[in-house]
Amino acid sequence: MKFTKILLTSTALSAVAGVALAQEMSNDMTIVSWGGAYQNSQLKAYVEPYQELHPEVNVVWDESSNEAVAKLRAMNEAGNITWDLVDVVASDAIRLCDEGLAMEYEPNELLAEGADGTSAEDDFGDLIVSDCYIPQIVYSTTFGYRTDMVPEGAAAPSEICSVFDLETYPGKRALEKRPINNMEWALLCDGVAKDEVYDVLATPEGQEKALAKLDTIKDNVIWWSAGADTPQLLADGEVFMGSTYNGRLFSVIEEQNQPVGMMWDAQVFDLDGWIIPEGLDEARLNRVKDFIKFATDTQRLADQAKYISYGPARLSSAPLVPEDMKQHMPTDPANAGNTFLYNYEFWADYRDDIDAKFQAWLAQ
Amino acid sequence: MSDVTETIPQDSPEQGRKKSDGKIRAADGTSLKRSLNRALRRQKLRALILIAPLLIFVLVTFIAPIADMLFRSVENQIVAQTLPRTTDALADWEAASGQAPGAPVYKALYEDIFIAQERKLHTRLGSRLNYELTGASSLFRKSGRGVGDMGEVYQDQFEDFDDFWKMGENWNAFLGSDEWLAEIQAWDKASGDDQPAFEMRDGMEELFPQTAAKYEIFADFVQYEDEDNLYKEDPWALIYSSFYDDLTGPTATQIAAYDGPAAAQIKAATAAAADFETVDYAAAFADVDKDWAETPIWETIQTYSGPFTNGYFLNAVDMQKSPDGAELRPENQRVYGTLFLRTLFMSLMITGSCILLGYPVAWLLANLPARTANLLMILVLLPFWTSLLVRTSAWKVMLQQQGVINDTLVWLGIVDNFNRLALINNQTGTIIAMTHILLPFMILPLYSVMATIPPAFLRAAKSLGATNWTAFWRVYFPQSVPGIGAGSILVFILSIGYYITPEIVGGTTGTFISNRIAYHISSSLNWGLAAALGAILLAVVLALYWAYDKIVGIDNVKLGG
Amino acid sequence: MSEKATGGDFVVFDHVQKSYDGETLVVKDLNLSIGKGEFLTMLGPSGSGKTTCLMMLAGFETATHGDILLDGKPINNISPHKRGIGMVFQNYALFPHMTIAENLSFPLEVRKMGKSEREEKVARALGMVQMERFGGRRPAQLSGGQQQRVALARALVFEPDLVLMDEPLGALDKQLREHMQFEIKHIADNLGITVVYVTHDQTEALTMSDRVAVFEDGRIQQLAPPDELYEKPCNSFVAQFIGENNTLQGEVKEIKDGLAVVKLDDGSLIDAMPVNVDKAGERTQLSIRPERVEFNMERLNPGAHTLQAEVLEFIYMGDIFRTRLRVAGNDSFIVKTRNAPDQVRLEPGQTVEIGWQAEDCRALDA
Repeated sequence: MKFTKILLTSTALSAVAGVALAQEMSNDMTIVSWGGAYQNSQLKAYVEPYQELHPEVNVVWDESSNEAVAKLRAMNEAGNITWDLVDVVASDAIRLCDEGLAMEYEPNELLAEGADGTSAEDDFGDLIVSDCYIPQIVYSTTFGYRTDMVPEGAAAPSEICSVFDLETYPGKRALEKRPINNMEWALLCDGVAKDEVYDVLATPEGQEKALAKLDTIKDNVIWWSAGADTPQLLADGEVFMGSTYNGRLFSVIEEQNQPVGMMWDAQVFDLDGWIIPEGLDEARLNRVKDFIKFATDTQRLADQAKYISYGPARLSSAPLVPEDMKQHMPTDPANAGNTFLYNYEFWADYRDDIDAKFQAWLAQ
Repeated sequence: MSDVTETIPQDSPEQGRKKSDGKIRAADGTSLKRSLNRALRRQKLRALILIAPLLIFVLVTFIAPIADMLFRSVENQIVAQTLPRTTDALADWEAASGQAPGAPVYKALYEDIFIAQERKLHTRLGSRLNYELTGASSLFRKSGRGVGDMGEVYQDQFEDFDDFWKMGENWNAFLGSDEWLAEIQAWDKASGDDQPAFEMRDGMEELFPQTAAKYEIFADFVQYEDEDNLYKEDPWALIYSSFYDDLTGPTATQIAAYDGPAAAQIKAATAAAADFETVDYAAAFADVDKDWAETPIWETIQTYSGPFTNGYFLNAVDMQKSPDGAELRPENQRVYGTLFLRTLFMSLMITGSCILLGYPVAWLLANLPARTANLLMILVLLPFWTSLLVRTSAWKVMLQQQGVINDTLVWLGIVDNFNRLALINNQTGTIIAMTHILLPFMILPLYSVMATIPPAFLRAAKSLGATNWTAFWRVYFPQSVPGIGAGSILVFILSIGYYITPEIVGGTTGTFISNRIAYHISSSLNWGLAAALGAILLAVVLALYWAYDKIVGIDNVKLGG
Repeated sequence: MSEKATGGDFVVFDHVQKSYDGETLVVKDLNLSIGKGEFLTMLGPSGSGKTTCLMMLAGFETATHGDILLDGKPINNISPHKRGIGMVFQNYALFPHMTIAENLSFPLEVRKMGKSEREEKVARALGMVQMERFGGRRPAQLSGGQQQRVALARALVFEPDLVLMDEPLGALDKQLREHMQFEIKHIADNLGITVVYVTHDQTEALTMSDRVAVFEDGRIQQLAPPDELYEKPCNSFVAQFIGENNTLQGEVKEIKDGLAVVKLDDGSLIDAMPVNVDKAGERTQLSIRPERVEFNMERLNPGAHTLQAEVLEFIYMGDIFRTRLRVAGNDSFIVKTRNAPDQVRLEPGQTVEIGWQAEDCRALDA
């Protein structure tokens, strides 16, 4: 009797301890991303390796990143968050954080420290642009041009103002159908100094000035709204030059072998990264945290650069990027001679106002 | 010969018996009308129960979202909910004075933003107000960080004065009721029981009105939003500033007579508080951002402090609120009027081209032998079986300047190689692609109406001497008009709300109002404006439907025999 | 009736053939002449080719071979609207979106007639069918019979010489149909127009027509005035198709003096009029109308053959008695007798002797 009692007590105790110690983790994880080559790089660089370590984990992809903010808001209103991890650009992350839809986190707790021992906070540095944002990569919006359409006698376009120079470089341009980036480039080419661009753009006169500059090429612009548009327009010879994400141009040049060149000048850096939706239950949150720690460590982010020409967001990952990819990275010193960083604060404030003016201008 | 009018069947003889009052009665003497009603009601009820699941489904899935949309377009509770004290305090302020509001408003703003930033609601309000005033977004984000510093001025002084005030337990012992204190001390989180809800000690609300009110909010937040143990939780800086206000405020004399828990500490703190450094909230906010010292943000808060607003609707018709009432927006911000007109105009064009192209096809369908007609019908329906995106993208390949159509025209020598036609990224592109996509919606009702027109009508017309054209125009066409009506309504209403195709092939001049709605839904997150635009679109459609009914008559719409 | 030029050449079908699929002929070598003012009915079961003939005449179908002449001119290549032929359709084909007056005015409008003249003619045509009060209504507001009148008026309002009618009374009930038969006939007679009328109802054909063309299998089986058609069917199809008819199978024993003696299948002999038989030994089908059977042997010619019959059923029908007999193995041999005071009523089970005048019994193709 006594013996069994002891046995029972000890098993009961150990059972309690087991429950308390091993964190309960959900085995299903829904990851929201962009689809295409980018999602593939994530799959290869960290989702598949993670699943090798944890074969019980089942990952479901949802290619909804471009409408993640609206969908997440709708889910939140409905009180049913079905996503565990959402890949968004930085400006969306800031908005999600502002709206209370994304979870704030502590970088040094959640993220692994760098391979060289630097703390996560220092390793990611300024790129943690919001308390909710876990950056993965740095990409840039820059121009590509058809090398076979460069007019005879003219040099290949190498600086941003070539976009506005219809005399030397006639032909159509592809620009994104939104004010962001276009307004900055226009002011830059209208003689505004780089460090004054946002001060000028904050004034109604400055906005008029930028639109007036854009007006000079308006008839020659095809406005794009999906990232795949410009590569397609370039490949078809519909436009002479166009802005798009550097990774898209990389695949046009390197994988499809189209006669397209990169301009890099005045490229605008932006970030892509994760947010964790607010309101996950304990088990799902534990799984996401476990995955994030793995997926954003130094090696994994460097691995991602093997599959797509975007720079890892960690300083400590940079040396691990394969040599042959380095030249295609927006952050490579040869490419990063003249760069902009997307001004999140400015656009959060001025987006509605300038967008109304920009749309009115477009509709004219 | 003489018997011309035919015998029309007589009404069946009265079934009931006539009573003296002349009313027809059923066999049991009750009014016939009533017993008929009763019999019918039972039938109707049974029918209603049968369709109830579907009815509920329709109500929930169709009516509720529309109602929700209409509500969103005027709903504006976020301002008053997030800044309740500020909007109250601001009620008397005159925007016309050109002066920033007085100190009480800033103090109210401090309290509101403090609570809001704890709940992470201030940035949401910032985004909301940024639709009306540029800069509000960052203003609220900055202020959320700033209010902490303001409160800490008092917190630090109290804590430096006496460590007693550092501890959450001490505050609870002083403000909480004895029963609650007993319960919370006995409560164990691991037990799984609910945390006992905070209860204020009697008399605290009168004695420390500010502190008590804020502490209630704090307690509620800690217990139900953070789900932490309130007993151990150190209070917000806001509690300290309110405590200071109470100690130096109108109830100071009563407080001096207080002899409850922590009476000694309170007495000492009261004495010390007289010498405390104070915070000028107006200056502090101006320090956070100079915008707080100016009138526009206050005007905006005051204008949008009501629970409902017509601001979204004004915005949707290119107007804005101003101190003098509604006024048109500056010219360089007007966009929706143009878009609405363009949407209507292009939808009409698309409907027109669908009629032109669809009519002959529907005629063929209705008049070819069954086998050929079936084959043709498959061709008509084929577009339905391919993805909308694929079809639209195919048009891109066809229509672009280096595309199939231009290449062909250049090859044929009709178009000069350097002046290729712009068929895409403009209105032409939208009209072509949408006509193609919506054509089946015109053909199908037309076909089903035409199929019911017997060929004998055309033969009759011809036998009466009409040429082919006259027979068609005077006899066939008028009978197919209900099909055109049905098809047109379908195509028009579908096209007025389309956005994917215009987005892809419309460029800047070929986009619709729906593209802006989609933008506000998914990019700018201004759902209120999107809802207002949607509501206007709905109203326009209903108005057009009404006009159609008045002019053509809705009886003249047929989807089939 | 007799003054009409039956068999004139106002409308002529000359060796007309029609095939829809290039393999089978729907109309096989049709030759038909219709006189001016004649009322000719094309009668036949469905699929016999009668409607096709009408449609070829109207111009809605083209003849595969042969000519159709109207008033001496070939009209094969003239489009329907130039033929000037009035037509009444099966379901009237009144234009539903026009009022009755507009329907009638339509053929006048397309002939560019002035307004006052149009109104006058419309009023007259409506008067002719007693529909004056209905000019402002729409077809859907009229009863079937009224629609029928309007359809008739519309076909006549532009004063065509030839009117075609395609089963115009098919959708009416019996009483109304009989009434309309007379009315159409009267109007046609009064106006002196030529009518080609298609029906599958033999009573209608007999009642209305100057001549009836019985169609079967794409051919005219018999073209004759109604009385001749009934009393002297030229083959067994016509005999069967028109009116009630008793048939007996047998073999010609001999033909003498224009009379045939037929040996029935049970061995008994009977007299008949040879129509489609010309020598002894041929198989034949005898056709005798129910009202021509005699019970009273004294009325027969001396030496006439008679048959034994067993009464199976006796039906009292008011004006007539209908008696079903078994004759020479045929169980459905019907005899009709007038309900006269001296007429005997036969009892089932009774055996009687029957006979007939030889010219009433036609020996037709087997």
